[in-house]
Amino acid sequence: MNGQYLSRRQSKETPRTAPKGERLATSAMIASLDAEGRKTIAAPFGHALVDLAKDRDDIVGLTADLSKYTDLHVFAKAYPDRFYQMGMAEAVMISAAAGLAREGFTPFATTYAVFAARRAYDFIIMAIAEENLPVKIVCALPGLTTGYGPSHQATEDLAIMRGMPNLTIIDPCDATEIDQATRVIADHPGPVYMRLLRGQVPDVLSEYDYKFELGQAKLLRDGRDVLFVSSGLMTMRVLDAAKALQKDGVDCGVLHVPTIKPLDTATIIAEASKGGRLVVTAENHSVVGGLGEAVAATLMRAGVFVPFRQIGLPDAFLDAGALLTLHDQYGISVKALTASVKGWL
Amino acid sequence: MQSNVSLARRAYAIRRFALRMGEVQGQGYIGQALGVADVLAVSYFHAMAYRADDPTWEGRDRFYLSIGHYAIALYAALIEAGILPEDEIGTYGMDDSRMPMSGMAAYTPGMEITGGSLGHGLGIAVGAALGLKRKKNPAFVYNMLSDGELGEGSTWEAVMSAVQWKLDNLIAIVDFNDQQADGKTTAALAQMPEVGRWSAFGWFAQEVDGNDLDAVVAAFDAARHHDVAQPRVIICKSKMCKGVPFLEDREITHFVRVEPDEWTKALSILDEGKPT
Repeated sequence: MNGQYLSRRQSKETPRTAPKGERLATSAMIASLDAEGRKTIAAPFGHALVDLAKDRDDIVGLTADLSKYTDLHVFAKAYPDRFYQMGMAEAVMISAAAGLAREGFTPFATTYAVFAARRAYDFIIMAIAEENLPVKIVCALPGLTTGYGPSHQATEDLAIMRGMPNLTIIDPCDATEIDQATRVIADHPGPVYMRLLRGQVPDVLSEYDYKFELGQAKLLRDGRDVLFVSSGLMTMRVLDAAKALQKDGVDCGVLHVPTIKPLDTATIIAEASKGGRLVVTAENHSVVGGLGEAVAATLMRAGVFVPFRQIGLPDAFLDAGALLTLHDQYGISVKALTASVKGWL
Repeated sequence: MQSNVSLARRAYAIRRFALRMGEVQGQGYIGQALGVADVLAVSYFHAMAYRADDPTWEGRDRFYLSIGHYAIALYAALIEAGILPEDEIGTYGMDDSRMPMSGMAAYTPGMEITGGSLGHGLGIAVGAALGLKRKKNPAFVYNMLSDGELGEGSTWEAVMSAVQWKLDNLIAIVDFNDQQADGKTTAALAQMPEVGRWSAFGWFAQEVDGNDLDAVVAAFDAARHHDVAQPRVIICKSKMCKGVPFLEDREITHFVRVEPDEWTKALSILDEGKPT
């Protein structure tokens, strides 16, 4: 974890020169961040929703001018009369989703995580969550998945949303999980906030015979030395890190926790209680208020005292720039997190 | 003189129930309740379709109260409509009451949405109006909001959205009494032109004296029967504490102070003016 002291925002007065040779551009495509040669699947959320909607007249889609950037355009094209372009107006998008839910529909509302968690919070909590309405809020650009800077980087969305009663929170890992989770949350009777990876999304979990179940953590691999407890795209990362560490003789388990709330405390406690392992949480989110602190509190409440470390983003406004650089800089790339774990052993 | 005696009796009854609830707590948003009683009488006893014994009847017109603190007024209307029982008046604002001080859908039959966080109701109404159209349900959605809520940006998002979707099944009722928590609404954020800005956005807009029953009836009729595919708004200029002159004359505030011995006095003054 690097701190605010490394931030480029501290050196505004220093002139810069263009880089020579290979250039890393600012990119928002998640596939560009992943291991080379990994299989990807296009727009898993949009296609899953279209598939679901075939048999479900109650499913409608809303967006606040971000259908193309949340893969909802796939649904809009398939079901134009069930798609509501609400304009650049998150408050009315969320409120209208509440109104549609009151009339018996199951709305999927999409925007970026920053806009839902920050701007639309009051409408989500009072118009939707307080009455436990089945609105699904699906948000792209979770954590550090854009180099645009804090306006687009939802580094604290889970911290914000975890305080909301009734709300189920999902941080899916990959295309397989997004496909499965979309179908599962459509059947859930209450409100859901789901982080979304969009565009060409890496497919990792299909090789683990994986099945998403709401509120269930899944042990993807076992290991004697380290137990990673991870969510979202960091599960891809720790799976890769586990393979790398294996070569150095470090045996790592991976417990994937896609449902941030309600947290599968029973599985987390059971796995962490198997002694002799360093527990390392890994999340694409601030170290404040996300999975790491939720796991720490769970273990403390249960009286499970184990060596514990957090991999996550610093409590800071992050830099703009190229994602590959930023992930290294903030310690969430495979290389960086592997180095962190080695240092802790 | 009101020409519509039956509605005048309803408005009187709403005022009386509200005063009795205020007496229970020794406080309450009685100024607003007395001011808006005529508009509620027209809503529930002239304009809206509903079934008192089945508050969630699919064919009902929806009434969304976004001004949570006006709950005392809506409870009074719901009692008069037979949706809430009169004998629960003594529970108003008490522990375990179905009638909390700020209106919530989960607590009260006939209370459609949870209000109180201002600027939410019109947006929810937009979604409900879209949903009713999807179901080809001809019901109207009424949203009662306050002049103060016109200061919330979200209200204007909803104003634009309702026009975009041509929501001719949406009727906004603005209770314009020019009072908010810190003083005059018009002294806090620009409210002019009161009607013209709604029409500029594309709404069918009317302004009426919210305490003139005949005018309110005419405005509701015009809003319901207007044949252009656009949302409708009725701006009701109402007088705080209407119907109880000694309170009307009191320094007008958002939260009208009533002394313990004054509730009985207010009730008897109201009764003196009971429509016959």
